[in-house]
Order: sequence, then structure tokens, then C-alpha cells
Amino acid sequence: MTRALRSDLAFVADWIEPGSSVLDLGCGDGTLLAYLQESKQCRCYGVEIDADKVRACIANGVNVLQQNLEEGLALFGDRSFDTILQLETLQAVRQTEQMLAELRRVGRASIVTFPNFGFWADRVAILRGRMPVTKTLPYQWFDTPNLRFSTLYDFADLARASGFEIRDSAALHEGRRVDWLPNLRGSLAVFRLEARSQQA
Amino acid sequence: MSAPLVATPQLVEFSEPLQLRSGAVLERYALMVETYGTLNASRSNAVLVCHALNASHHVAGVGADAAQSLGWWDNMVGPGKPVDTDRFFVIGVNNLGSCFGSTGPTSIDARTGRAWGANFPLVTVEDWVDAQARVADRFGIEAFAAVIGGSLGGMQALAWSMRYPKRVRHCVSIASTARLSAQNIAFNDVARQAILSDPDFREGHYAEFGVVPRRGLSVARMIGHITYLSDDDMAEKFGRTLRVDDIQYGYGVEFEIESYLRHQGDKFAQYFDANTYLLITKALDYFDPARDFGGSLAAALAQSEARFLIAYFTTDWRFAPERSREVVRALLEVGRDVSYLEIDAPHGHDAFLLDDARYHGALRGYFEGIARRTGVAA
Repeated sequence: MTRALRSDLAFVADWIEPGSSVLDLGCGDGTLLAYLQESKQCRCYGVEIDADKVRACIANGVNVLQQNLEEGLALFGDRSFDTILQLETLQAVRQTEQMLAELRRVGRASIVTFPNFGFWADRVAILRGRMPVTKTLPYQWFDTPNLRFSTLYDFADLARASGFEIRDSAALHEGRRVDWLPNLRGSLAVFRLEARSQQA
Repeated sequence: MSAPLVATPQLVEFSEPLQLRSGAVLERYALMVETYGTLNASRSNAVLVCHALNASHHVAGVGADAAQSLGWWDNMVGPGKPVDTDRFFVIGVNNLGSCFGSTGPTSIDARTGRAWGANFPLVTVEDWVDAQARVADRFGIEAFAAVIGGSLGGMQALAWSMRYPKRVRHCVSIASTARLSAQNIAFNDVARQAILSDPDFREGHYAEFGVVPRRGLSVARMIGHITYLSDDDMAEKFGRTLRVDDIQYGYGVEFEIESYLRHQGDKFAQYFDANTYLLITKALDYFDPARDFGGSLAAALAQSEARFLIAYFTTDWRFAPERSREVVRALLEVGRDVSYLEIDAPHGHDAFLLDDARYHGALRGYFEGIARRTGVAA
């Protein structure tokens, strides 16, 4: 069963070693994990709170643990995964620093993506005196599930302050990598992090 | 849609002695069994359903003469149901020591020619699993596609995965735990004391005196029943509604909840055996697979090879979420495939028996996965 993967997910999947262990926080219907299981023989688990998405994961044959991420990763042991994925979910978590500390504890590496608030369309909206409503931030200010907004630069600062080494970072727009003026032209930020203490 | 299930119970007799964990040996015994669906040629589509305290081998369907009521998990097991008997061959076994046809305290002890009564040996979850394994042998089933159960049945599913790792491909443990809490044991002991202190109990040999400790058994059931329901569910169903026009300043039935519980207790006391109740609550109390591994549940579960589905209901206060999470944590620690559901259902512990779209939807999806993995045709 080969699945066509959304381009931003394909970008992330490229960063994952075949045969490695992967924990996806906020794994949705498990599409990416099912792909990693089938095409890269990864050992996969997802965490998801929404009952319908949990059911979809199970139907997709993906290991899924129904949990609220705000409760932390108490189910998982130290360094128990090669890679933790936190894809477009960190901005919806209240305890950002605590979450990052948990990523550092449980994962050897983490891949974090989030909507880049430095994207030009967001800046234009703010200049016009309006909160941005865009493809990557499609909500009104009063009904958005997103609690935390940051740019590529802001997140890089926090990641370093939280004890991570940034092994790789990129900005994507509509699934394609943006190399020129990424913090302005990229709507989705992608970071690959490793705990600094691990560095030789 | 297939025709409604008609179940035919059969008695499977064993003459090979069964060594029990207590040290006692059962020389011969028989187990009441029901099956649904058809065992395929490769015998790969068998599912064992384990029952909880008061249930039996009669999992689904109606009896051949239609006199027997609907099976206790008929909403889960049957043609087109989440555990689809058009695909799977499902077995229900009445456990040893129970009172629905399998050898137990109400059976005649061949050595004495009298009912076992209180002399029936205490059996454990592991003993039940050993006895069930012999049923599987009898059917020529080397490995179950899945072993599934709720509550005490979920304990049996877990025990199967550890005791017969090669014989369980999927373990589905619902509203269950790998060990009772002090509070659980406390409730069980109050229930037992209700039976033991009934003057009609007669040291467990009530049958010889032609009496039944009905009051004790009824109170035991009332206590148990409270722990199966959630506070909210009880409030919604009964609230403080009175059975009578006004309060009576007495000890008769006044509140709806009193009437309901007494009815449940009396009904139970008519069909359930007191010695069986005592023995099964002890099996619950004793279950603690980590005990043989220095208290490490992970070490105990390291024996297993199955894939797991663990499910907990958010209003189950009998078995708290931590009891399910510690099982999940241990399974993750030893690298087993596991999915974990925290199902938002209002009905407390008993939710595992009820029809709930999200719960049944998830189970249906899981069993479709089992069918795919075990090569069971749709």
C-alpha cells in the first residue's frame, strides 16, 4: 500500500532514518506514521487526543495512544525514541517550555514544525491593523486553537535556551523549501533538534 | 446481514489433572463452552472472549430454544458486529469455579459424591487461562488471532499474553488493570463479609442444608454494583427521586436508587452461587503478574509477544486511568505494539458492556486490522 504524502509531510519524512523509532505527537489520522511504517520500516507510535482521529489511526494500523499533550509524556521513558515529531502542534500547547523539555528527555532528536508568524502575509495583515487569517493560520483570533505564535528566529532562540542544538532548519511554503528570505517567504517553519549535551 | 446467531452450549470434559496455583490439583473437570462463526482451514481466525465476574460462556446470540436470553456481549460479538463472527471463530468459556455449567462449587465432587461447596479449591486468573488453553487444544487452535475481555476478562487477556506468548497474536484488555488497588480489595472484602456473615452461609455448605445465603449474596451484589456505575450516571438515572409519595421516616425502600439496587441484588441472588462469588473476588484480588518479577510489570509483560489494545473509560472510578496507563507504560518500556484508548463515556466501569459509537468504532477498526494481519478474508 503506497500512500501519496502531503508535500510538507514528505519533507519531514525525508529527515527520518529508515528502521528508526518515531513518536508523533498530535499524529492526526496517522497518515505519516502509516507511511513511515510501510515505506521506511520505522517503529511508530502516535499520540492523539481526538477520538475520531484515534479511531482513524487504529483503522490505519498505527499504534496510537489517546492522551492530552498538556499532561506531558509520562508514558514514555528517557531517550526511548530516535525521533519525536511535533508537527504543527507545538503552537497549540500551553506549556511550551515544559513540552520542549519533554522532547529533550524522551527523544534523541526532534522535528518541530509550526506556522511561521514572520511570513509576509501575516506581516501585511498586522500592518493593516488586522490579525492574520491565512492558509496556514486560517482561524479568527477568537476561535483559534493556536495559543503561541512565533517566527523562525523566535523559536530558534527558545530551542537553544532549552538546551537544544539546531541540527537543521528550513522554511516551507506550500510544501516547497524557501531558501531566500525564509523568515519572510516561508509560511511553515521546520526544525530538527538534538539535545546539546549529546554533542561531542 | 446474516441470520441472527443461535448459540449451542457444549460441555467439554477434561480428565487430565489441572495443577492450580494454590498447590491444589483438580483431577477432572468440565467447561461449558459456546462458539460462534466458523473456524477456518488454517485455524487462524479464532478469538477467545473472557468473561468478568458474573458472566458466562454465553457471549452472544440466543439459545437454540430461544429460551436463553441474549448473550452478555451481543452488541460486540456477532455477524457484522465489531468482533465479526462472519470472519472470526469466537469462543466463550465459562470459567472454572463459576456456576453456569462448568465445574465449580455447585458441581458434585466425584470423590465424595456431594457438592464441592466451600471445598472447591481457590482458582486464579492464571488457572483459568490454563484451563482455557486446554479448550483451545481441544479445538486444534494453536494461536488465537485475539484474546479479548473487559474488567476481570481483561485480566485474563493480559495473563494469556504472558503465559502463552506464542498463542496470542492480539491482546485486547478493556476497563481492566494489572492489579487491584487497596480500595478495590476493600470493596471485595466487604462483599465477601456480607456473604460469610449470612446465617444461611453455613460455612459454605449451604446446599447440604437446603438453604441459600440470599441476603449476603444480594448485599454483595449491591456493593459491587455501586462500583460499576459512575456518580454522574447514578445521579442522572435516579437522583434523589423517591419511590413513595413522601419520606417515611423508616428503613423501607424510599429512594429510587434503593429500589434499583435491592432489585439488582435480589435478582443476582436468585441465579448466582455464593461460593462462586467468594472465589471469583479472590481471583481478582490475587491477580498481580508483576509479583513474580520483583514488582516489575514491564518484566512480566516482557514475556509477551502480542500486539495490545488497552482501553479505559473516563468515568470508571473502579479502575482509575493510572491502572491502565501503567500497563501501557510497561508495554512501551518493553517495546510492544500498543494502542491505548481513553474513551469518554458516562457509564463508569460498566461502559465496556454498553453500545457506544466511539468505543465500538475503535474496536471495529482494530479487529479489521487483526483480520488483515492474520489473513482472515472479509
